[in-house]
Amino acid sequence: MEKELRLMKGNEAIAEAAIRAGVDAYYGYPITPQSEVMEYLTEQQPEDRTGMVVLQAESEVASINMIYGAAGAGKRAMTSSSSPGISLMQEGLSYMAGAELPCVLLNVVRGGPGLGTIQPSQADYFQSTKGGGHGDYHLITLAPSSVQEMYDFLKISFELAEKYRNPAMILSDGAIGQMMEKVILDEQVPRRTEEEIIKDFPWASTGKKNRERNIITSLELDPAKQEQVNLNIQKKYREIEEKEVRFEKVQCDDAEYLLVAYGTSARLCQETVKLARDKGIKLGLLRPITLYPFPMKEIASMVEKQVKGVVSVEMSAGQMIEDVKLAVNGKVPAEHYGRFGGMIPSPEDILEFMEKQIMGG
Amino acid sequence: MAEVKEDIKKPENLVYKKTDLMTDKTLSYCPGCGHGVIHRMTMEVLEEMGLEEETIGIAPVGCSVLAYEFMNVDMQQAAHGRAPALATGIKRVFPEKTVFTYQGDGDLAAIGTAETIHACNRGENITIIFVNNGIYGMTGGQMAPTTLEGMKSSTTPYGRDTKKMGHPLKMTELVATLPGTCYVTRQAVHKPGAVRKTKKAIKKALEYQKAEKGTSFVEVVSNCSSGWKMTPVQANKWMEENMFPFYPLGDIKKPEK
Ligand SMILES: Cc1ncc(C[n+]2csc(CCOP(=O)(O)OP(=O)(O)O)c2C)c(N)n1
Ligand code: SF4
Ligand SMILES: [Mg+2]
Repeated sequence: MEKELRLMKGNEAIAEAAIRAGVDAYYGYPITPQSEVMEYLTEQQPEDRTGMVVLQAESEVASINMIYGAAGAGKRAMTSSSSPGISLMQEGLSYMAGAELPCVLLNVVRGGPGLGTIQPSQADYFQSTKGGGHGDYHLITLAPSSVQEMYDFLKISFELAEKYRNPAMILSDGAIGQMMEKVILDEQVPRRTEEEIIKDFPWASTGKKNRERNIITSLELDPAKQEQVNLNIQKKYREIEEKEVRFEKVQCDDAEYLLVAYGTSARLCQETVKLARDKGIKLGLLRPITLYPFPMKEIASMVEKQVKGVVSVEMSAGQMIEDVKLAVNGKVPAEHYGRFGGMIPSPEDILEFMEKQIMGG
Repeated sequence: MAEVKEDIKKPENLVYKKTDLMTDKTLSYCPGCGHGVIHRMTMEVLEEMGLEEETIGIAPVGCSVLAYEFMNVDMQQAAHGRAPALATGIKRVFPEKTVFTYQGDGDLAAIGTAETIHACNRGENITIIFVNNGIYGMTGGQMAPTTLEGMKSSTTPYGRDTKKMGHPLKMTELVATLPGTCYVTRQAVHKPGAVRKTKKAIKKALEYQKAEKGTSFVEVVSNCSSGWKMTPVQANKWMEENMFPFYPLGDIKKPEK
């Protein structure tokens, strides 16, 4: 069969992906630069296409808790927002991680702190990968760098979230959300029936028919039991770190110098690699696709082999650099380069930084 | 004597039985607390209506946070104040299930005000059971939005001064003004007659949910002897004399026929 191709914005692509992946519910609250997600969904009337529910909530606090409810009932539920809205969801996400509920959220990151700017940014790396809310937990975090990946990662994120019973985050930014590219679409996947939910998620609260009751909670008053709950959750994270790391390498085979960058920054760094190669500099790019779990081992082994210096390029004041430095472990110089507050670095500036700070130094 | 004991066990001599929808776990509530009775009324109604296999209940944060330990149906535990959002999230994807929230006054009328009002305003087909004891029981008796004027609590040790601390909030009257609510009532459980009325009200509320009439909202004015620093008997008397005049019992809104 011929592939279905369409020119779409990143925010529209993920909305279409949600309908086609058999998502049951989208609960959200408008915020720039991602409002197209809910606008596209309401325009498409997925209630008629697949039975998917779309509801505009009164706040991001409400939308994440609506998702808790639906996920607790075994349904595929998602939301999208941008930085300030994601901050409001942190309590709900902590509860979901504690209650071990799957969901997918999209953060189309804008520059902060505070109300900041609506321009693209990558300053929510810490919040996404290190927990964000209270307690010991992580979000499985995927970083798309194209409109196609906005589309593809929706389904992958649900599969990971459901496999590990943990929320998954798609960490994007205003550039990828707003730009238009061609997207290859999949065929429609049907939503799970109630029988399938009961079979796939025997823990879900669907009504206690022919079984004992199910309880969805993150509360355990006995500290010895709560420690065990935590140990079980941590065991999942070790497994995720072992099995689910994803990354892409560009011209890394012979690379003596390495850029590490994700999302929009990775696209810029591809240009930087070309510029460097034209000048005879053996520069490569490692693009983490999963930010949590982070490709620690891969970076460590590249440094072990031939890489002599690393620059972590981010549209932030330097957040991912902390993970890069952990991976590099002091063996070679590793520095952060970035612009922030909605500014985007140029490929030339990145190369200049690499040449002066790492190669020259 | 031995024969009498055996007689009692005969099914035809059964006069009262605990509903199977209450677990055997010992209630964590203080002696005389209204929460236990309100739990039991809710569960008795669900059993009588045969809804136990399709019900999902939401426990709040408050003294009844452990409601899921006692209510023998599928339950979800919500963050403080967010129960109506969870209920919305479930009901929208499972419209044929029965969904109820069980919430205290701090949970529903302070931190969860927005979720309460908007769920009611959307007319979500859910039932909200609202236990108003005029205080934050769980955290040790601090002022609640419902605390009466002049009433002492651990954060209003000289009594609630409405100039500084605002006025007691009549959430039930407020949600009754919203077109999304179909049935709004205020009840109590301090006397057998009142308990029976509460049970009837919960039953009506669930019937309206099944008939898809909109949000049904049952406030139960209740005591908190520990928070009020009274014996249970004193607390019920104080409640009748002080809470009921400000929070009058009875139906506030009924669906049009
Ligand atoms: C976000 C958050 N803030 C504060 C608390 C602490 N807290 C727990 S219960 C409670 C008040 C509960 O009062 P109410 O809803 O009236 O229930 P009651 O115990 O009186 O039945 C508070 C403030 C919390 N658990 N979470
Ligand atoms: S503190 Fe108050 S509300 Fe809580 S169990 Fe005791 S009497 Fe009941
Ligand atoms: Mg209270």
